[in-house]
Amino acid sequence: MGRYLGRKLLIYLLTFFFAVTIDWLIPRLMPGNPVDTMIARMALRADVAEVLRSYYIRAFQLDLPLWQQYLNFWIALFRGDLGVSTWLFPQPVIAVIYRAVPYDLLLLLPAILLSWIAGNQVGAMAARVRWLDNTILPLGYILTATPYMWLALLLAWALGHVAGLFPIAGAYSFNIRPHLSWLFIQDLLWHWFLPFTSLFLVMFGGWAIGMRNMIIYELEADYSRYLEALGAPQRLIRKYAFRNAMLPQITGLALQLGAIVAGALATEIVFAYPGTGYLILQAVQNQDYFLLQGCFLFIITGVLLANFIIDIIYALVDPRTRLGMTGE
Amino acid sequence: MRAGIRHEFLYFALRNAKLRVGLSILLLFIVAALIGPLFARYDPNAYVGPPAHPPSPEYWFGTTTFGQDVYSQFAHGLRSTFVVGLIGGGIGTLLGILIGLVAGYRGGLLDEILNMFTNIVLILPTLAVLIIIAAYLTVRGILVESIFIGCTAWPWAARAIRAQTFSLRAREFVDLARMSGRSSLKIMLTEIAPNMMSYLFMTFILQFGGAILNAATLDFIGLGPTQGMSLGLMMNNAVLWAALQLGMWWWLIPPGAAITAIVGALYVMNVGLDEVFNPKLREL
Amino acid sequence: MGLRVENLRVYYRTLRGYVRALEGATFSVADGEIMGLAGESGCGKTTLGHSLIYLKPPMTYIEGRVFLDGREVPIWDMKRMNEFRFRRISIIPQYAMNALNPTRKIGRMIAELLAAHNVDFNEILPELKRRLDLVQLSHDVLNMYPIELSGGMRQRVVMVISTLLNPSLLIADEITSALDVSTQKAVCEMIVEFRNRGFVRSTIFITHDISILYQIADTIAVMYAGQMAEKAPTEVILRSPRHPYTRMLIASLPRVGARYRQERLHGIPGAPPRLLDPPPGCRFRDRCPVAFERCQETPPFVEVEPGHFIACWREI
Ligand SMILES: Nc1ncnc2c1ncn2[C@@H]1O[C@H](COP(=O)(O)OP(=O)(O)OP(=O)(O)O)[C@@H](O)[C@H]1O
Ligand code: SF4
Ligand SMILES: [Mg+2]
Repeated sequence: MGRYLGRKLLIYLLTFFFAVTIDWLIPRLMPGNPVDTMIARMALRADVAEVLRSYYIRAFQLDLPLWQQYLNFWIALFRGDLGVSTWLFPQPVIAVIYRAVPYDLLLLLPAILLSWIAGNQVGAMAARVRWLDNTILPLGYILTATPYMWLALLLAWALGHVAGLFPIAGAYSFNIRPHLSWLFIQDLLWHWFLPFTSLFLVMFGGWAIGMRNMIIYELEADYSRYLEALGAPQRLIRKYAFRNAMLPQITGLALQLGAIVAGALATEIVFAYPGTGYLILQAVQNQDYFLLQGCFLFIITGVLLANFIIDIIYALVDPRTRLGMTGE
Repeated sequence: MRAGIRHEFLYFALRNAKLRVGLSILLLFIVAALIGPLFARYDPNAYVGPPAHPPSPEYWFGTTTFGQDVYSQFAHGLRSTFVVGLIGGGIGTLLGILIGLVAGYRGGLLDEILNMFTNIVLILPTLAVLIIIAAYLTVRGILVESIFIGCTAWPWAARAIRAQTFSLRAREFVDLARMSGRSSLKIMLTEIAPNMMSYLFMTFILQFGGAILNAATLDFIGLGPTQGMSLGLMMNNAVLWAALQLGMWWWLIPPGAAITAIVGALYVMNVGLDEVFNPKLREL
Repeated sequence: MGLRVENLRVYYRTLRGYVRALEGATFSVADGEIMGLAGESGCGKTTLGHSLIYLKPPMTYIEGRVFLDGREVPIWDMKRMNEFRFRRISIIPQYAMNALNPTRKIGRMIAELLAAHNVDFNEILPELKRRLDLVQLSHDVLNMYPIELSGGMRQRVVMVISTLLNPSLLIADEITSALDVSTQKAVCEMIVEFRNRGFVRSTIFITHDISILYQIADTIAVMYAGQMAEKAPTEVILRSPRHPYTRMLIASLPRVGARYRQERLHGIPGAPPRLLDPPPGCRFRDRCPVAFERCQETPPFVEVEPGHFIACWREI
């Protein structure tokens, strides 16, 4: 188990290193001087442009040799210095992101966990109930094929605009200040419901299909057939199959995280939900490159961290990994 | 014998409901993408009509907040969706085949390195990387977008193909070919790849669908093509210009519905193909 | 009383139609008898074995009756068969090495399986341990996951589990095929030992390796393309076979004691008929050197001497 986690950790560290390098490299790889490009696109007053230009030159350290730029980039990173947002000048990027994190977690954690659990349960049920299989399977395929933002738009339009049941923008009503009270929590949940539901549904489809296919595969496996031949009740066989089908679903969760995060970003944009996705949209529209790079690093770190946690859980659940019997 | 097997596949392929449904929907949209723009009377970005007009005989899908023709945008967007799928999915599949085949066939240190690299790119959230790249590109076209999408999407394919190659490598006919002194490249292309044809084809279908979804998200965030039109860009504009608040469903719904239908059809087709190629899954 | 099978007909339902994998098998296995079941790959041995315990789609019951110890066995009824499975009819499957749930400790799995049959694990534990000793496995295996054992060890665990409730009939399907020669011998001895100690009464030992049967089987039944060809005591089959197919089969063996690995018989030209739409009559007709008009009809399986059954128009 130690070896397994060690190997995983090595991959994550390498990935992080790779990601940070991309983050540093891309602005410098693009044709032309990134600072000039940025300033030119902002269409600012001349004096403001000059101030910004000197700030950018210092920030990008374009006057230093490349290796030094790279080294300093890492040093700044470890100090938690991701630069200053130009959109919300002069707030540091890290502070801007820090404010968005609670909303990301509020949306993502319940949506991921609940859809995963519900999808697994329903998928397992579909594997043995014909009518459920015939309804869940097509529905599941439609849901996984749906772009996250489109389902979000559809729900916002139908339940928000037409039916008027839910608000379609923000994390809370603008006339309420965030504070700890029933009123605020209620308002928060009310705003949270649609983005959560749209994320939940799209993921749910994928998990349900995955579980259904995995469990059918497990029910055909040799150990299931042996138990069946020895007259074991279906209940026991399904229990085993479900447990074993769970393992690839855990791996699947880790592998899907990137796509899920992408979906969450798009969903936040639809609902103007103040998480990282919304920040990215603002950063793109306001040409705030430091904020964009900060969001990038934040997402990478989050996904890698989540991956590692899932790996630990997997190792705890799967005896093969725990005993160090599998290579990967 | 081979001809017989091929005949067998055809026999089951024509009888597979999933494959037929998926393929029909896909063909419908391909035809729409091919001839749809011919019926568009306006330039997709030109301001041609009354703003925020619901669908009418004059503007089939209505108009945007600025009076652009939604149908023209849709028809052109559909085209770019297929372009992205074809190029992005194609590059993703090719890279996946290349890396998977070499890693699986060669094994050893090269495999270790390639596998490590695959794992790294696999964990990296694709969209985050695309965002960073796209943000710094001053001019973005559909083609460049497709290429970048393909370049980040291959690890899935590479992993699966590597595993397949591993199992094929141990088989007799590969040994025979190796003993006859043929080069590795030749063996990979003439002995191993043809034996995974069905598998490669299914990989391409999945990559195709994945590329379309990725492009849609990227466009929606506002990092889509700076020139041209795409379905994701339509949704991006719709949200930015308050289509939701104004209840302009004719602008919100068609782009996403088309993507869902195309990608869904691809997935269903894939399941059908799996049943055709995999006798165990054929339903009775 | 043993096992009695009458005119058992089991097909596979496929998209192309029925695969007639078992066509009217009639035979008995006496108490204490180890019957070897031999024949080329695809002739229906596994089909016969499975249909006695586990007749699951796409296998389709067509007709025939099965009696065990004088009681009819409802093989066509998946549910009612549960009463027979494990307690009275048991199987060591062809895939024995993968037959254990990889994520359950072996002891726990056995306990859960026994509980489903209302047997108390702790009560049977001493006997279980004795049997593990018998097959030379440490008691620790109960506390291990299958992946911690070698393939051979896993197979022995399965052998012990399958026979734990002293079934009247044991079906052992190709349990020696994947093993090296010395392990094969040990496994065969265990099967004989199980019979001698009364763990099992009748045994059907399926293999396409006739030389193995020489060591352990009391009788041998030979199948061809879904039909019973000949059944007789081991000595008789090996020394004086009478069915043309059996004769060629035995003659093509290099010598008794050596094993043949080839799936197809080299000695006999031609190939078995497709079971999707087999020709009427004796299915060996196309390859039979002594075939004549009569062979257009299906030959009955008749007892030509006590305990010697043949399905061939030339021999009756
Ligand atoms: N699931 C299935 N669907 C259709 N046909 C099948 C199926 N399983 C087996 N058959 C066919 O039934 C016939 C008998 O198969 P069976 O597995 O009983 O052979 P066998 O004698 O056990 O062969 P082997 O020595 O290879 O194990 C074969 O011709 C095979 O093609
Ligand atoms: S019945 Fe006829 S074809 Fe069949 S084995 Fe006897 S002689 Fe040969
Ligand atoms: Mg068999």
